[in-house]
Order: sequence, then structure tokens, then C-alpha cells
Amino acid sequence: MAAVLESLLREEVSVAAAVRWIARSAQSSEDDPGEAAALSPLRPLRKEFVPFLLNFLREQSSRVLPQGPPTPAKAPGSSAALPGRPGGPPRGSRGARSQLFPPTQLPSPAAEVPSARRGGRRRGPGPARERGGRGPAGLEEGAGGEGLPWAASRRPRGSGSPGSPSLARSDPPNLSNLEEFPPVGSVPLGPAGTKPSRRINPTPVSEERSLSKPKTCFTSPPINCVPSSQPSVLDTSPWGHGLPPGCRSLQEEREMLRKERSKQLQQSPTPACPTPESGSPLPSRIGNLTAEPADPAGVSSHRRLELVALIYSSCLAENLVPNLFLELFFILQLLTARRMVAVKDSDLEPSPGALDSLESPLFQSVHDCVFFAVQVLEHQFQVLSCLDKGTLKLLAENERLLCFSPALQGRLQAAYESSVAKVSLAMPPSAQAVSFQPETDNRANFSSDRAFHTFKKQRDVFYEVLREWEDHHEQPGWDFEKGLGSRIRAMMGQLSAACSHSHFVRLFQKQLLQMCQSPGGAGGPVLGEAPDVLSMLGADKLGRLRRLQERLVAPQSSGGPCPPPTFPGCQGFFRDFILSASSFQFNQHLMDSLSLKIRELNGLALPQPEPSDEDGESDVDWQGERRQFAVVLLSLRLLAKFLGFVAFLPYRGPEPPPTRELQDSILALRSQVPPALDVLALLQQGLRARRAVLTVPWLVEFLSLADHIVPMLDYYRSVFTLLLHLHRSLVLSKEGEGEMCFLNKLLLLAVLGWLFQIPTVPEDLFFLEEGQLEAFEVDTVASEHGLDGMPVVDQHLLYTCCPYIGELRKLLASWVSGSSARSGGFVRKITPTTTTSLGAQPPRTTQGLQAQLAQAFFHNQPPSLRRTVEFVAERIGSNCVKHIKATLVADLVRQAESLLQEQLVMQGQEGGDPAQLLESLCSQLCPHGAQALTQGREFCQKKSPGAVRALLPEETPAAVLSSAEHIAVGLATEKACAWLSANITALIRREVKAAVSRLLRAQGPEPAARGERRGCSRACEHHAPLPSHLISEIKDVLSLAAGPRDPEEGVSPEHLEQLLGQLGQMLQCRQFLCPPAEQHLAKCSVELASLLVADQIPVLGPPAQHQLDRGQARRLLHMLLSLWKDNFQVPVPLQLLLSPRNVGLLADTRPREWDLLLFLLRELVEKGLMGQTEIEACLGSLREAQWPGDFSEELATLFNLFLAEPHVPEPQLRACELVQPNRGTVLAQS
Amino acid sequence: MILTKAQYDEIAQCLVSVPPTRQSLRKLKQRFPSQSQATLLSIFSQEYQKHIKRTHAKHHTSEAIESYYQRYLNGVGKNGAAPVLLELANEVDYAPSLMARIILERFLQEHEETPPSKSVINSMLRDPSQIPDGVLANQVYQCVVNDCCYGPLVDCIKHAIGHEHEVLLRDLLLEKNLSFLDEDQLRAKGYDKTPDFILQVPVAVEGHIIHWIESKASFGDECSHHAYLHDQFWSYWNRITFCIHYLCLLWNTLLGTPVWVTDR
Repeated sequence: MAAVLESLLREEVSVAAAVRWIARSAQSSEDDPGEAAALSPLRPLRKEFVPFLLNFLREQSSRVLPQGPPTPAKAPGSSAALPGRPGGPPRGSRGARSQLFPPTQLPSPAAEVPSARRGGRRRGPGPARERGGRGPAGLEEGAGGEGLPWAASRRPRGSGSPGSPSLARSDPPNLSNLEEFPPVGSVPLGPAGTKPSRRINPTPVSEERSLSKPKTCFTSPPINCVPSSQPSVLDTSPWGHGLPPGCRSLQEEREMLRKERSKQLQQSPTPACPTPESGSPLPSRIGNLTAEPADPAGVSSHRRLELVALIYSSCLAENLVPNLFLELFFILQLLTARRMVAVKDSDLEPSPGALDSLESPLFQSVHDCVFFAVQVLEHQFQVLSCLDKGTLKLLAENERLLCFSPALQGRLQAAYESSVAKVSLAMPPSAQAVSFQPETDNRANFSSDRAFHTFKKQRDVFYEVLREWEDHHEQPGWDFEKGLGSRIRAMMGQLSAACSHSHFVRLFQKQLLQMCQSPGGAGGPVLGEAPDVLSMLGADKLGRLRRLQERLVAPQSSGGPCPPPTFPGCQGFFRDFILSASSFQFNQHLMDSLSLKIRELNGLALPQPEPSDEDGESDVDWQGERRQFAVVLLSLRLLAKFLGFVAFLPYRGPEPPPTRELQDSILALRSQVPPALDVLALLQQGLRARRAVLTVPWLVEFLSLADHIVPMLDYYRSVFTLLLHLHRSLVLSKEGEGEMCFLNKLLLLAVLGWLFQIPTVPEDLFFLEEGQLEAFEVDTVASEHGLDGMPVVDQHLLYTCCPYIGELRKLLASWVSGSSARSGGFVRKITPTTTTSLGAQPPRTTQGLQAQLAQAFFHNQPPSLRRTVEFVAERIGSNCVKHIKATLVADLVRQAESLLQEQLVMQGQEGGDPAQLLESLCSQLCPHGAQALTQGREFCQKKSPGAVRALLPEETPAAVLSSAEHIAVGLATEKACAWLSANITALIRREVKAAVSRLLRAQGPEPAARGERRGCSRACEHHAPLPSHLISEIKDVLSLAAGPRDPEEGVSPEHLEQLLGQLGQMLQCRQFLCPPAEQHLAKCSVELASLLVADQIPVLGPPAQHQLDRGQARRLLHMLLSLWKDNFQVPVPLQLLLSPRNVGLLADTRPREWDLLLFLLRELVEKGLMGQTEIEACLGSLREAQWPGDFSEELATLFNLFLAEPHVPEPQLRACELVQPNRGTVLAQS
Repeated sequence: MILTKAQYDEIAQCLVSVPPTRQSLRKLKQRFPSQSQATLLSIFSQEYQKHIKRTHAKHHTSEAIESYYQRYLNGVGKNGAAPVLLELANEVDYAPSLMARIILERFLQEHEETPPSKSVINSMLRDPSQIPDGVLANQVYQCVVNDCCYGPLVDCIKHAIGHEHEVLLRDLLLEKNLSFLDEDQLRAKGYDKTPDFILQVPVAVEGHIIHWIESKASFGDECSHHAYLHDQFWSYWNRITFCIHYLCLLWNTLLGTPVWVTDR
């Protein structure tokens, strides 16, 4: 493995080739043969490369990140928290940063040991922690630790990673005493077990603490560590708490924390005080809190780091790592590394020539770490830009990032500014009972009166238990089992009939959905149904109150970037209820019911947006659909989690079976058992229908609660293989048709990555033989419009499903706040000092009360009423926006247009800068947008009641009806106003901008062309000939005149007259006329006139006389003149009459005829079609052209004639007429 | 009006290597008196365009251009009034307008320092009086007015036909009281690709559901129809099924495609 990395570093092998080599089994044709040759001997190691790389990076960074929060890693054979450990929160084996993947025990000798990996090279600055109990490093750690004064005291605890499974296997009884049984070297090395172990991150401990008997594990919160308020489900005790008997209840833990806190308060302001409540005894060293500055100039080996960053990023991009967010967390840790643990100078000096190899440490200073981190972050920008606004802000403001890559900082800043992904944690719900369901809860559905009564009683007991839990579960010393266990069991005992069980299970499930359908932490109402009302009625103040509440009550940490599955908040009640009830019937009914509901929701046809509707208002509808998706997804996840919990409950045990034989026999047994829910089929369906974004997240929840045997069962193995395949295929950089939306992919990557880190999932699963992987080809041919391709996931949903992504933000925040040691690095600015949860108290504002009243109102009405009101509110709200757009905004646009016209007139043609114009218009008009809210309110007020009335049954009582109407009005107004107040300015701006650019374009070169067009009269029946026909006809005449023509070809004068008549008709009708056609017609008519003047039109008739007679020609010219004057609405290019080419036509005629031209020119002036001076100018320029001598003379004469008699046309015309054929010549002579 | 494949083939057969002149069209009209001039011109134009597409390249080699130019110069040297350019085009079997363009371009290259821009050439073809050389102006003009398949005038006629048919279609829709959105309204709504009309309420015609109508007032032969399919129609397909309003229609071409085409 190291050989591969080394050849990469030496640039013998390109990164692209290496990634291809890792990702694919077959050799690609793209591979350079040399590279292929370099890699081919290493083929057996291929699938080990990625784990090697990840471990390598973790190891290299161990000196840098000793005191930061942990990068959790998956330890081999990890198990659940171990019982019997005194004190402290339960800890899983996934401790702090450690070896991610155990070396595979490859028999192949090809497992070359890189020189750096040999024992001699290990120069850990601190004690190496023997992670997973493998490798010899633990033995060496003493030597390394000597350099550090605190090392000795740290070591025993350091090496005592409690979750070490090998240890657990060999010495289970001793585990409780970590100090006595350090796991050092407890496992013999495998034949190729040269993979060195992980060094312990040396963690400085303050003096007084180091001497005390540590009751908690020394490491910062391990991945399996459950935050104090969230007991892990992977516990081993029969009750699932996984705590030693004395520590079972959370309350005890809480009590301890409280004590610690008070101690801390007393000791303050001593920052060195350890803070055990954070789960991390890592003390902050006095005066050591400041971070070492990182400087790009201090980077030791750019090229090497770049290469490693590149290959690492490529692995990330190809989804070759199990958990993308874990890696991002690690990278951010590197970015925020505070200081390098000092090492002996000699260690730092690279051996000569070894820079390219793995001989010298990769990260020699904080500069190196930051450089590497920034390099990787640059490659991961796409993912980063999709994180929530808060994280983006922290990243963009990170001074190290700015220093190392201003470009990336700029992009992040831009992403931050454009981001709308505000993610908030939710607020705890107030427990509300499921209302009486008349359809199912009536007597007719029970076998007997007695059963009915029992059920009613049970219902009461259930709610009593629930209320008691609500009141007490946060009190210290209260225990679920002790407090409620017997009552629950008594109640279950009364459920004799099967049908009673099903009734109770329905209630249970409904209550579960109602209370817990919300983000992991507290189970808030953000996306549920009930919350809808609250969040819609709530306004600014309520929102602010909520945010504050969130900050106060949100769990401090969800347990690192890879927390184990937990049952936070209300979910804990339901889990404990199931455990305490310990009723087989109940569990079975519950499983049936959960499976059914999961199938139902999973198959739900979710609304699809109209893709073509690009209008702003579709956002309004789309938001609703997205919300519905979120509700369904979260419900599914909740149900699946409980299904998984109940289904695997009987098999849950502390760890995998110790021996192979035992395991085989268990496997043989378990493979007989049909799965509780055919998840494989559902997954396959989901993939085929491109609904993975819905199916996979709940499937992950289900599988996360599986026991250790499950992944080994053939059935589930196939499921995992499919998921692995999917994971690999979710390459984020791929975009385009048929690809999943980016955030959808990100969600799947996050949940799958999390699943692969669950202790019960064997770590080698991810690095499956690719042969198996490739065997699975999913045909995703089915419907093109699956959910996958739709932007159904937003950041809020992503963070709700994967709260652990928020760890990135906490990590960055801790960097800003400057104390990384406390709270495992996570610092909250507000420390709640009150012991009562604020969340439990309903907001006592009027609005809050109103919201609660509305909820209460719906609660007692049939569900259809609520659906109706919500539907009406949604539609009316959406219509309101559309209406505002069509009225108010349209009016404003019209105003903008007239304002613009005025301005253009005022400023003249130069106009001014369009951008400035737009700005000034917007600044004038946007304030009017405020009217939108008033108008919107009026609209909703007017429209909603009628709609509600029409949709509710006639018999609805008046009071109910009026309440429903009020609520509908309120909701619709809220919805519309929320959208309008957020978007109206942008909308006006957009529309005005479009109008302005339209207007400015139209202003363009030919203002005359825009002049109002006279259409035909109303009576016109549009029987005029079509423009295309006339152009075609005139073109024929022109081509006849231009020749060549056959002797028999020609036009009759009648035809010409008819043609001009038709032209006139058509120009009057204009029904079919478009400007380009008219322009061409105008030009053709001028050509025609020139031909007439020059007598160039071949006339049909006796061969001798191929010419028009004067009178006909003049009549036609008159027709043309009137067409030009009265009918054409485009400018007629009359100056063409005097173009050299057209006048030149006269030169060819013998004898030349000038009188028609003179006639035409005079008429043009007479009719005002051309000015005298304009004609004079044309004639003047004509004389400059080259003509035959005599022609020039004649032209000069014409010019003089035209000038001589400007204003008395009539008699002259007659005179012209009198001068017969040779008039032109006569004129020339005179 | 619907034309059968056989009729179409018969007409097309008559058009093999016929110059695109007034005379050719007249002969065609005499040969097929039952067809309208517009139909015949449309077929002629499309068949001829196919021919030009095939042979276009060989007329644009520098040798060919040079030899045409020399022949032109010789011709006008002998007699500037003779239809030199037009005859040259007919002789080498190329569209007169396009030949005029080649020669004009070559001429301008020789007489101006900078190579002529496309817009200058187009403007000179539209109005030959802008051409500095009087003889060439006449020659070009002759080519343009005599060409019935290419050139600015023909383009204008085609455009006008397209526009007229859109208007006709709109009138028909109004007459039938069908509510529709036209292209401008659609564009204002933000559609990127717009057919001529979208019916707000679909109608069924001869068993086909019609959502929208695209008027293509040109002859719907196989080749051009497939080109349209490729360029436009498939991009509409996801959104709306549609009907194309054709001036004329070749019946057999569209089997197997989801586009239902009709003439009116």
C-alpha cells in the first residue's frame, strides 16, 4: 500500500490512474502502460489502498490534533458500550481518532511493508494508543512519551481505550478496570501484521487531574459516546440502556454532570479545570489555548501535500471512502489544528532524498496541516457550498483559509451570501394526545363491550404514563422502569384479545408519529402536521423566541460526526415503553403495524412539480410539496427505526459471537427467519423507480438498529451490497439528465456514510470485493421522473436527518471561540442555568396561544376539516401571490414603462446607462411593493371563507365553520405574506427589468417602424392577396425585366395595373403583413417605378411593340405614388430612384426618355414624399458617377430643368407630354 | 391538402438538375397544373436545397472560386450586358444568388483592403446599387431576381408565408373558439422553447389529442420533417403533444413518430 502511495508521490503514477486503479478492477484503456505496470504487481492490495490512505492520514496528523475534538473512527469489531464501567457516560469502542480500518490479514506476501511503517521508523511524539489492540506501537510509546512531562500520567489511561474489541474478546472480565489492564500489545501480530498500530494522541492533562483516579475514559468523546441526554440503543443490558446497574438512568448521569458543573463554577475562573460533562476530560492547558499561527510560507513540501491532497480528494470524489462527512470533519480538524506537539528536532529533519517518500512525516507543522486541509477543501467546494449558512459563514471567516487560499475564501463568501439554507434545530413538542378516531375507535370495531371498555381504560393509562414521563423523566433519580414499569406491564396484561392489541398498537403508533416526527434532538414540531399551524401562525417574535429556545435546549453535541443510533427526546419514552412492556404480542402487533405503515408511506405518490413553470409563484407551491416530502421521509425514518428496534430486539447482544462455530450455527438459524419487512424488495423497487432518496434514508434507520449477525445474513448482505453500490454511484460531481439532485445525493451519502460507521456493521463490509459489487447491476430504467431527480431535499431536511453534519459547524465555531479543549471543542455561547426545560412551557404570547387554540380546535374535529382548511389556505395563499403579480406588479411595470418613456424623452436619444435607469426606476417603484401585503391580506380575507364553506359539509355547525374560516384566512394570509414580504421587491425588480430591457430594445434603430400600425377596418374580411404572393409576382416582373427572357415572355399592362391594385388592397388590409415583407415590397415597388421610368418592362403584345405607352406608364406611376404616400407604413427607399444603377437603366434605352423621370421627381416633391433639396443632392451625386459623354450632358440638362421650374408642375407636365418620343433628346439639346 | 408519396416523388423526379429559375418553375406548373404554385415552389425549393447541400462544398474551394471569377471577368469583358453570371451559375449547376455571392465576395476581396463582412455582403445582395461596380451590380441583381430558391427576395417570401400561416391558424383557432396562448404570451411566461400556439384546453381531432400547434408553412417532406423533429419537436415533447400545421404534407413520413402532423 505504501508502495502505491510512494509511487504516487514520486509521480511515477498519475493520480487519475491510481484512482481508476482503486475504483475499478479491470484495467482501463486510458491507463498509461507504464503506470499500469507499476500498479499491476500491487493488484491484490487494491482494495486496501483507501483504508491505508485514511489510516495513514490519521496517523500522520496525530501529532497535530491531540487536543482537538476527535475524528471518530471505526474500530474493528467494535462493540457496544461495555457494562460495568464505573461512572461516566457509556462509551463505545469507537473512541477518539484512531485507526479507521484494521489492516486486513492478508496472507499474501505482497503486503509490502513500507519502510516508514517498519518499527524503527515509528517516532511517535507521544504514547501511541493501541487502537484495536493491533500492532506493536504500544510497546514503543514509552520512549516517545518521555519527551513530554505529562505523558507518563496519561499513558495508562491513554492506552486504555475501553472499546478495544480484541481486548474485550480476550479479557472480558477485566475491562471494567482499564487502569489495570491496558490493552498494550495484547494481540499477537498477524503474519503480515506489520501494519503499525495507531499512536495515541498525546493529550496533555493538567497536573491535579492527572493524579486523580479518572473515572471516565481519557479520550475525547468517542464516536460511540452518547451525549449525556441521549442513551445509546446499542447497549447491551437487557433494558437497552447499556449502563451498569448503578448508572442506568440518565438522571444519575445528569446528577453527576450537575455536580461537576457546580464544581466547575466554584473553580472558575480556572480554565484548566477539566469538564467532565462534556464527556471529555481533556483539560485545556493553561496558556496553551492560543493557536499557533499558520503561514503558507512555512509549508514544508508543497508538492507532496498537494499530491496526497489530490489523491485523497479523488477518493472522496469517487466515494471510495465510507463516510464523506467524517472525512470533512477530519479535514476541518486539520484546518483548525492549534499547534503541533513538539518533537525532537532530529525527528523533524527529513532524511536526505526522502522527501518524496513516506520516510518523513507528512505533516511537519501546523502550516502543513492547514495547507493540506485547504487543498482538500478546494476540491470539496461543491459540498461545502451546500452546507448551512452558519457553517459557510464560519468557513468564509476562517482566517487561515483566507490566508492559504483567498480564492476559496472568496467563493465561500459568495456561497455564504447567496445561501438561503438557514438551518435551525427544532423545539421540543408538547405532548398531545391522539384524538379519538371515530372510524376505528368505536364500539363496532371491538369484539365485546368488555374489550371496548378495556381499550378505553388502556388509553387513559397510556396517557397517564406518558404525562408522568413528561413530568418526571428529566428529574434526577427518576427511573422509567421503576416509575412506570409495573403499571405498563399491568396494562399490557389486560390486553387479552388480539384485536385489542391492534387497537392499542394503532394508538401507540399514532402517538409516536405525533410526538416524535421531528428532528433527532428534541422531537420538535417543525415539519410535522401540528407544527404547521404553529409555525404559520407564529410571526417574528415567536420565531425569535424559538431560536433562543433552540439555543438553550438543543443538545450540546449529537455525539461527534458519527454518533450511534439514539432515541432522543420523546422517542426515549416509546423505546422504554416497549422495553418495559416486554410483551411479545405487543411487539408483534407493533411490527405488523409499523411494516404496513412503512409500506404505505414508502409507496405514497408524492406530488411532482410542473417542471416548466418557472414563475416565482411556483416556489410557493413547491415549498408545500417539499414539506410534504419531508414529513413523509421523517415519518418513515421514525417508523423504520422503531421497526428495526423491535425486530432485532430479541437478537441484540453485546458483541459478535466469539467463535466461528457459534457464529455459523447462529447464522444457520437466523437465515431461516424471514425478514420482518422485505426491505430488499423495497430497496430494489425504490432504486428502479428512482425513489432512493425516499427509501434509503429510512432503510438506513432500520438497519442501524440491526444486531451483529444481521450483516452476515445473505439476505441483508444483499441489501448492504446494493447500498454500497448505490453509495459508489452517487458521485457528486456528476450532473445532468437523469442524475440525482445534488442535495438528494448528499443526504444519501450522509446517511449511508453514517450507517457504514455503525458498530454493528462490520468494517470490512465497505471494502467489499468489487467482484461482488459489480455483480449488482441496478436497472434504473424505469420512470424518468422519479423523486431522485427532483430537488426534494433542502438543507433543513439534510440537517434534520443527519444532525451530525452540524458537528462541522461546531468544530469551526470552537476554533473561533478559541477554546478547543472544553466540551470536546464545542463551545456554546449560552449555558443554560435553569434546570427546567424552557421548551416544555408553551409560549405565552398571544400568537402562541392562538396557535395552540387552533391546534386544539383541529384536535377535536374530524381530520378532514383540518385537511380542508390547510388545503384552502395553501391554494388561496398561492393564488394570492399570483393575483398580486397580475395586478399590483403589472401596474407597477406599466408605471415603470411610462416613467421610462418620460425619461427617454427628457434625456433625448442618448438615454443614459440602462443599469442606472433601472436602479432609479426600482428605487421609485419598490416601495410600492409594501401595498402587496395589504392587498394580499384583503385577497385572503375575501377568498378563503367562501372556499372553506364550499368544501366543508353543509351540516358543519356555524361556530366550527366560522373558526375554520378564520384559521384558513389566517393561514393563507400568513403564507402569502411570508412569501410576499420576502420576495416582492425581487419580483418587482425582475419584472421591471424585463420591461425596461424590452422597451430599450424596441427603442432601437427604427423608432418609426414602431409607430402605431393602422390595421384594417373591422368590416374587412381579409380577402386581399397574400403578401407572399405579391412579392412573388413582383419578383417575376422584375426578373422578366432583368432578363434573360424568352421571346414570348412579357407582362400585360393590365396585369401590372392589377398587381398594383392588389398591392394597394393588401396594404390596406394588413392582416397578413409583417414588417420585413412590407419593406421588401416597398423596395420592389421602387424598382418597378425605375423600370417604368426607363421603359424597361417587356410588354406582351405584337413583337414590334414591346413597350408600354406613355399614358399607361404614367398611370402606373401615379398608382405607385399614391401607394407610397398613403399605404406604405414603412419608409420607402425612394432615393433608390436616383441611384446610379437605376438611372443607368435610362442609358440603355434608345432613344432616351427623360420626361417620365422628371414627372416622377416633380410628383415626389409635390406629394411631399421627397424634399427638393434631397432630390437635388441625389442628382448632384449622380453627376459624379462615370457616364457616357452624351448621357452626362442629358443628365445635367435634367438637373437644370428640375431646378429651373420648382413650383409649377402642372403646365410643365403637359409640356412634357406634348414633347413626343424624343422629348428627352430635345430637352438635352435645349 | 395532402399529397401522396407517389405524387411527391413524381414532382421531385422532374426537378433533378433543373436550374432554379422562373422558366423552370413555369414548366413545372405546366406539368402539374393541379398543384398550386406555392406547393410546387415549396417542393422545388426544398429539393433544390437538398441538392445544394450536397454540392455546396465543391463550389467553395479556392480553385473553383478563382475559376468562376476569371470566367466572370472574361464574360463581362466581352459583353457587360449579357447575363454572364446567371449563365455561369446555370452551367455549373449552382444557385444564381449563391454564385453572385461568391463572385461579389471575391470582387470585394480584390478591391477593398479589408475582407468584406457578412453583413456588408448581405446588404449589397439586398440592394445591389450599393455595389461599387455598376456592371457587377447589374449582374448580381439579375441573379437575385432570377433565382427562385435562394436570395433575399426568396427568403422574404418564405418568411412572409410563415407569418401568413400563423395568422391564418390564429384566425382559425379564434373562429373555432379555442382558447390558446401564442408564442409571445408563452415567452412572457418564461417558456424557453415555444411552439406557435398552446391550446389552453386540449382538443381531439381524428382521435388525436392536440395540446399545441406549430405552424410550419413549408413543404413537409421526410428530410425536413426529420430535421424539425430533431431541432425542435423533441424538445417540446415532454411538455406537450402537438400538431403541426403544414402547408402541405407528405403522408407516409411520420409513421412511428409521436408527432401527429396535419395540414390545417
